[in-house]
Amino acid sequence: MEIVDLTVHELAEKLEAKELTSEEITKAYFNRIKEIDPKVRAYISTLEDDAINKAKQIDVARNKGEKLPKYAGIPIGIKDNICIKGTKTTCSSKMLENFVSPYDATVIEKLNEEKLVYLGKLNMDEFAMGSSTENSAFFNTHNPWDLSRVPGGSSGGSAAAVASNIAPWALGSDTGGSIRQPSSLCGTVGLKPTYGLVSRYGLVAFASSLDQIGPITKDVTDSAILLSIISGHDEKDSTSDNNPSKDYTKSLINDVKGMRIGIPKEYIGEGINEEVKKAILDVAKKYEELGATVEECSFEAGNYALSAYYIIADAEASSNLGRFDGIRYGYRTSKIESLDDIYVNSRSEGFGQEVKRRILLGTYVLSSGYYDAYYKKAQKVRTVIKKAFDELFEKYDLLLAPTSPTTAFKIGEKTENPVEMYLADICTIPVNMAGLPGMNVPCTLDSQGLPIGFQLIGKAFDEETIIRAAYTYEQNSNFRESKPSFKGGKA
Amino acid sequence: MSISKEEIMHIAELSDLKISDNEIEKYKKDISEILKLANEVNNVNTDGMDETIGANQKCNAFRKDEVKNSNKREILMQNAPSKEDGMFKIPKMSL
Repeated sequence: MEIVDLTVHELAEKLEAKELTSEEITKAYFNRIKEIDPKVRAYISTLEDDAINKAKQIDVARNKGEKLPKYAGIPIGIKDNICIKGTKTTCSSKMLENFVSPYDATVIEKLNEEKLVYLGKLNMDEFAMGSSTENSAFFNTHNPWDLSRVPGGSSGGSAAAVASNIAPWALGSDTGGSIRQPSSLCGTVGLKPTYGLVSRYGLVAFASSLDQIGPITKDVTDSAILLSIISGHDEKDSTSDNNPSKDYTKSLINDVKGMRIGIPKEYIGEGINEEVKKAILDVAKKYEELGATVEECSFEAGNYALSAYYIIADAEASSNLGRFDGIRYGYRTSKIESLDDIYVNSRSEGFGQEVKRRILLGTYVLSSGYYDAYYKKAQKVRTVIKKAFDELFEKYDLLLAPTSPTTAFKIGEKTENPVEMYLADICTIPVNMAGLPGMNVPCTLDSQGLPIGFQLIGKAFDEETIIRAAYTYEQNSNFRESKPSFKGGKA
Repeated sequence: MSISKEEIMHIAELSDLKISDNEIEKYKKDISEILKLANEVNNVNTDGMDETIGANQKCNAFRKDEVKNSNKREILMQNAPSKEDGMFKIPKMSL
């Protein structure tokens, strides 16, 4: 098996046993990036010199017998909306094309403590707004299972990189499905943690009451490892939860006996592709065979999550993106005759079409005369959604659902119709609205050879049950034997 | 639900965005479609429901009100398109 095929926990064992060095691993990844990334285009920037230097230093320390963190010297890819001090954080926007992060995000500080090595920054939909990575201002990322298709989004670069073995694991962010949906389309494990579990400090804000950073990995074990590293209280994020940190690898237990799993019937009804639906029902059957009880339930409130989400997320985005004024940082227009020109022309030239659409919609729903009818009403609907989840979790330990209503779609297929693109997140959005944790677990391929994933949704701060159930499925199935083909050529 | 050209121009002004004449029809169509979706919230009975203002209502996070030295002006201004003597600089103009 090649170095780049190994999971992080396998790499860590080989580092520990001195069968591999960090330099060898890091170089293997950069060689693979040079070979594969011209086809996939997951990376916006790579950090090769820094990474190899850091890897060499860690090897020296390890050879001297210094006590190192368990995953010291393992490389990682980072979504380009998370700040690494001294490197560019573009958010895939012309607005931030030359922005150099003045500080580290809290998750990066935590990765630094673990002595991980940064491969580079990964492509995304501009400001994380999108479901296909086609809203990147720079270029499209291609799905490694079929290069004419999208990797999903907005963390499409992160998911495509892990699926292509050009990053052993990566960080993404999830506001309405942006970790789980691309993970579903690319066949990776993607976890959106409970809101407040992972600090948002240093994550460029899109919709602050919904955004969470989380891991995209090859398997469930790596997901538990990375979550253990990045979670924990942070006083720099006032919404950060102050429960003590946990070791999520303790939940890697191959046993779901007695677990109660509900399948909301709305999630396997209209609008869900038949092959996806069948795959989810097969997963349900598998869980039953493994000793869990699975039954259909109802989650009617979920039907309204999409409409409430686009009101709340866009309202928050219009406010958050107000900071881009062309004066303090970011793109500045050259067409200036008045003070207003600096603001208006910088923003109009710096933001892409989808970002502008969302700022306009967000401004509309917050404007005088519409606030109560849209924004206030949507916040009440959010309460209805939360209560409906609370009721389901009185009966069930977990909910099982598709992650995406379809497998990967063609590049360009949905770009003309924003609402059709929004429907790509219909299965993932309710989780963000209620602040719950959700994970995509790859399960099978469809008739075209494209990955299908299922979603496990848990109670707030109960990532353990999700990890346990996901791990059990993984141990009793064989998705990881399937490899992306890189077929299809560029669209 | 459709939105008028005048309303689009009004919210663009509130948003500090300029929409050119050849873009306006596209925005009008797209935003009307999105509002149609958004209006589905009106099909939900929310009588007696409070508003959820954040996903996590477990606690309010307070920290000690302590003075901490941080002399980071240069670092925080490193991305300014134009600056001088520790100040952001904009072209001279008539307001």
